[in-house]
Amino acid sequence: MGLDHFLVLSAAMFSIGLVGALSKRNAVVILMCIEIMLNAVNVAMVAFSRYVTPVALTGQVFAIFIMTVAAAEAAVGLALIIAVYRQRQTVDVQQIDLMKW
Amino acid sequence: MSNAGVTIAFYVLAVVVLGSTISVVTVRNVFHAALYLVLSFIGVAGLYITLSADFVAAVQILIYAGAVAILFVFAVMLTHGPEQASQNNRLRAPAFFVAALLFATLAMVMVNTTWSVNMIDAPVTDTPTKIAELLLGSRNAAGELLSSGFVLPFEVASVLLLAAMVGAIVVARED
Repeated sequence: MGLDHFLVLSAAMFSIGLVGALSKRNAVVILMCIEIMLNAVNVAMVAFSRYVTPVALTGQVFAIFIMTVAAAEAAVGLALIIAVYRQRQTVDVQQIDLMKW
Repeated sequence: MSNAGVTIAFYVLAVVVLGSTISVVTVRNVFHAALYLVLSFIGVAGLYITLSADFVAAVQILIYAGAVAILFVFAVMLTHGPEQASQNNRLRAPAFFVAALLFATLAMVMVNTTWSVNMIDAPVTDTPTKIAELLLGSRNAAGELLSSGFVLPFEVASVLLLAAMVGAIVVARED
């Protein structure tokens, strides 16, 4: 049971989230996958905090900051999705192409 | 930390987290994807407990499995439509290839790097007090400032949360 186990698990979570964020068409699912990627980074942060700086706990403080940013991002992102849905009756990112040239 | 119970807990939680995240990406129903997302958040909270990070685990349950999950469930329900199914676009094969390459690279680098592991058997047990000292600064008994900690990032984060709250209300408001 070492640091490598947690880091490889974190890398696997990040890669799964990346697949979803790149290949999904529903904007809500893309935001879910971004949350998974942020969570993967948090796992790595807390694992580093436990194994590399077990007394200083700096990694856990960083994880709390990442959670703050993730919560703000989820709130604003979902508000944007709801606003777009109200205008265009869709959350399909391939049909939301108003700003595409 | 090196006892068998922690090892078993890690592998069980790793299977739960990886299985539920793969389900979020593969399942067809968006609402089911949101529920699998909650399961993966709870599994990650369990991983934090195996890492002796009890305060971060509690915050994870409160913010992710509580607040963010509710936001996602509301968003799924408010955007109900004919294209409700979680479909893939034509980038599925390239995305899978890129992510597999990224995972192979990250795993190889992480395993081969020599980390300065400083493992102690007795980690900090009173993590909330220690984290509060790190966030807000600490003083000694005479009231002199020992370290200012992460006060400035903490204030910036609170302003960011306020701005995000106001922004979300303004953007989502009907007018």
